[in-house]
Amino acid sequence: MISQQGILPAPQLDELIDLIKKIHGFDFSAYSKASLKRRVLRIMQNKRLEFYDLKHILVNDRAFFQEFLDEVTVNVTEMFRDPSFYKALNSQVIPYLSTYQHIKIWSAGCASGEEVYSLTILMREAGLSKKSFIYGTDINTEMLKEARRGIYSLKKIKSYAENYQYSGLKGSLTDHFTIMYDAATIHSELKPNTLFSIHNLVSDAIFNEFQMITCRNVFIYFETELQEKVLELFYNSLSPFGFLCMGSKETIRSDKFKKKFKVINSKENIYQKIAT
Amino acid sequence: MPLDNNIIQRWQKSEVLLLGGSAGSFNLIFQIVKNFEANLNKTVIIVIHRKKNFFSEIEKLFANNSRMPLKEISDKELIKKNTIFIAPANYHTLIEKEKCFSLDVSEAVWYSRPSIDVTFESAAEVYKDNCTAILFSGANQDGAEGLLKLRDCGSLTIVQDPVDAEMPQMPYAAIEIKAADYILRTNDIFELLKTQ
Repeated sequence: MISQQGILPAPQLDELIDLIKKIHGFDFSAYSKASLKRRVLRIMQNKRLEFYDLKHILVNDRAFFQEFLDEVTVNVTEMFRDPSFYKALNSQVIPYLSTYQHIKIWSAGCASGEEVYSLTILMREAGLSKKSFIYGTDINTEMLKEARRGIYSLKKIKSYAENYQYSGLKGSLTDHFTIMYDAATIHSELKPNTLFSIHNLVSDAIFNEFQMITCRNVFIYFETELQEKVLELFYNSLSPFGFLCMGSKETIRSDKFKKKFKVINSKENIYQKIAT
Repeated sequence: MPLDNNIIQRWQKSEVLLLGGSAGSFNLIFQIVKNFEANLNKTVIIVIHRKKNFFSEIEKLFANNSRMPLKEISDKELIKKNTIFIAPANYHTLIEKEKCFSLDVSEAVWYSRPSIDVTFESAAEVYKDNCTAILFSGANQDGAEGLLKLRDCGSLTIVQDPVDAEMPQMPYAAIEIKAADYILRTNDIFELLKTQ
């Protein structure tokens, strides 16, 4: 029997959240419900699963859980997503960062790594490759594998190249890639400055100190209380006067943290940690 | 078709008005925004398809011509009365039961992000019969399913008469799956929105 389209009452969603937490250790309870629900319904429709079937398969099939995770944690990303953001980084943040001896950057929720490589290219173009290091973290191990490979389809590269043109960087995106057949691989000299590892913003702790943290289009999946909890983690992970970059439609809503960060660019949501 | 009492009553009791459109709907929605009084006493949420990297020209133009405050939606923004909200380009806009917006960058629906379907479907569950939704001209079928869901949940659903639509595919798609309570000529839509 095929589930009735578009129906997943809140108690059933809660039941799934509970089950996933117990069995797989991922806590989605503070995720934005409208979006989470839509993702779960999409899986049920695509796989033609009834609620009870979904529960059963989530418990008993590890491979399916990976698929489920890929679907519910939205892994859509782009290189140089929001080119105006990279322009702002170049003019307002890079000059400041360049005064540090070492620049450590954390891209939180990096999915398939596009942002990490965009930042690597940005640092290289600014002549800061030698002293910068970029960490990409995500909760999805499969995504991290993809990120480490740094291979993207030509179709994707074409749209990323358009972003690159708008970003104000010189040359073209393909200068940083080796193209073979229908895929493009990031130049190997860009990889040593990157490290991809697993980290869950919901449950994991501080692991380093950073001069800049980018977490763009991740907060949109979190309810406001969880956003505040993660802001605490970011605040504590930043060096004094470190920068926090959020997505173009994400802002710091918590009054507590509005006081702890100075707005550097209100359109691109770039903040700087200030002393309290 | 003249406006009957049923449609007027349902429109008047709505706390939110959803406007969805694509190619060929821009001028119409602009005109509607221009006509609203500042004290409409409802929330207006607009979803228009547009390209990414085409920054906020629509918002500026709309805001400069609106008596009601007009905002591009940002994540977890609270939904307020007497405010016009526009869905940002390159995100889907969803409505949470706490009556705030949440955004989503998942894959496009009918090649569209924002997708009208996504916003309409999530609004249906939150607003039920306290909602009026109008679907305008467009060259694809985004919005039809969402409008049907709204109708199923008790919202007042209106489709622009395809004879008036610059691109009739979108209205036709909605009419075909019986998502429309009413199919109205453009003039009647303006007439309805004037009644307060």
